[in-house]
Amino acid sequence: MGDSACVPSAASAVPTTTVTSRHPALVRATHWITTLCFFALLVSGVEIVISHPRFYWGETGNDLTPPLFKLPIPASRALVPTGYGYVLRDQNGWSRYLHFQAAWVVVLTGLLYTIFGLFTGHLRKNLLPGETDLSWRAFSTAIASHLRFERPSEAEAWSYNVLQRLTYLFVIFVLFPLVIWTGLAMSPAFVSAVPAAVTVLGGQQSARTIHFFVSLSLLLFLLVHGVMVWLAGFRSRMRAMITGRAGTHRERT
Amino acid sequence: MREPSPRDLSRRKLITTGIAATAGVSALGVAARIAQRYGLVPPDHGGIFGLGETLTYASQRLLTTHSLAREFPRGQISKPPFANEMPPLNEAFKRLQAGGFADWRLSVSGLVARPASFSLAQLKSYPSHSQITMLQCEEGWSYIAEWNGVPLSHVLQVVEVHPQARYVVYFSIDPDWWESIDMADAMHPQTFLAYGMNGDELPVGNGGPLRLRLPRQLGYKSVKFITHLTLTDSLKGFGKGLGSASSDGGYAWYAGI
Repeated sequence: MGDSACVPSAASAVPTTTVTSRHPALVRATHWITTLCFFALLVSGVEIVISHPRFYWGETGNDLTPPLFKLPIPASRALVPTGYGYVLRDQNGWSRYLHFQAAWVVVLTGLLYTIFGLFTGHLRKNLLPGETDLSWRAFSTAIASHLRFERPSEAEAWSYNVLQRLTYLFVIFVLFPLVIWTGLAMSPAFVSAVPAAVTVLGGQQSARTIHFFVSLSLLLFLLVHGVMVWLAGFRSRMRAMITGRAGTHRERT
Repeated sequence: MREPSPRDLSRRKLITTGIAATAGVSALGVAARIAQRYGLVPPDHGGIFGLGETLTYASQRLLTTHSLAREFPRGQISKPPFANEMPPLNEAFKRLQAGGFADWRLSVSGLVARPASFSLAQLKSYPSHSQITMLQCEEGWSYIAEWNGVPLSHVLQVVEVHPQARYVVYFSIDPDWWESIDMADAMHPQTFLAYGMNGDELPVGNGGPLRLRLPRQLGYKSVKFITHLTLTDSLKGFGKGLGSASSDGGYAWYAGI
């Protein structure tokens, strides 16, 4: 197959030395802090859901009200009608402590990243798609090469393609704010000061249900992100995000 | 004049780093001292989760001390009312229940001018208030009910709280269930000693005959079957000193999130 011919060769754009950093140190640090927090939030979030694996819409919901849907898993509370004959251990104490601690760290890290991104032009240069990227032709080329599971070009070791840019922007500026907002909308003290945070979502249980789906979307992103890193070359991409050094063509051989 | 050698540079770097680190640590120390002074540090601030808990509690105290929990229209009251599972009630409770709770007492002690013991009839003789608020469990479920009772602040005025009191510690007849709140929450107008629900007596399943209602925090702070409360300037002498039975059991002391 001559697929590689479809991808414009950008060898001239690839520096021959590895002096320039692929990712600024702050991007690398915030990336890994966020990764760590995400795993903490995921594990603790799963534990919290296990204590009541039923979801509702509106303001209230409990064992006496019909759920919107329920997860087919056992629960860590005896009263929940799961259909299983046993009850799991209660893990909510440390899970809730960990969930909110990780939430604080990820929110502060995100703020630092956003301020850095705005002031250094990182967001504009590296994440905002260029004008040429936004044509249908560029889009279909990018999608087609993804669907063929092509190895990315050399240029992509140094710059994100349009699909990456849009996905990262969506995760950073839509999914993360949404998961933080729906999390805060479940806090009785927070919504006492800002009631609109929960009423515009349709109620406290709606906020919980949306929080669950946004978390699933973030998990889906994480899985796809991991697979893409693997396909693009796990060692070179990991090295770029850890040490800042991008792989050059020499590494391929 | 000689050129600075790499050794000088590294020494200079070491000194600069040292000064920066010392400044950073002192700034943190000062911040902690100020936070402590203004009551922004929760009793379970120690340990690996202390940072998150302190940030949460301090932010809530700075931003939401006086805000009111959401109240709902009557039509949104959950029907039927939900009662969570409970451990079996003890003999002391059953004896009082057999007597129609006529001998139920709420004793108040600690940093007050006039320690007292109230019967339910006395509590009901004070101006009755009601609120239609949500009870949210940390597990994820919730319900809305109308709660009738006397604001805790009213009882605290009757016993005349000393100005140095910082916390109210409150105890269930179940010896394994006790909690505490700061004075901001204790004096909050929606913090009730609740004896009624949805226009009726408070059912035993929901904490009757007397329960604390704290609608701006999760359900486990709304202790059922209250018999005793005490005012204190320090939580060190209670349990492990973390402020509540839930904190002793690994749950957060502040549950407003």
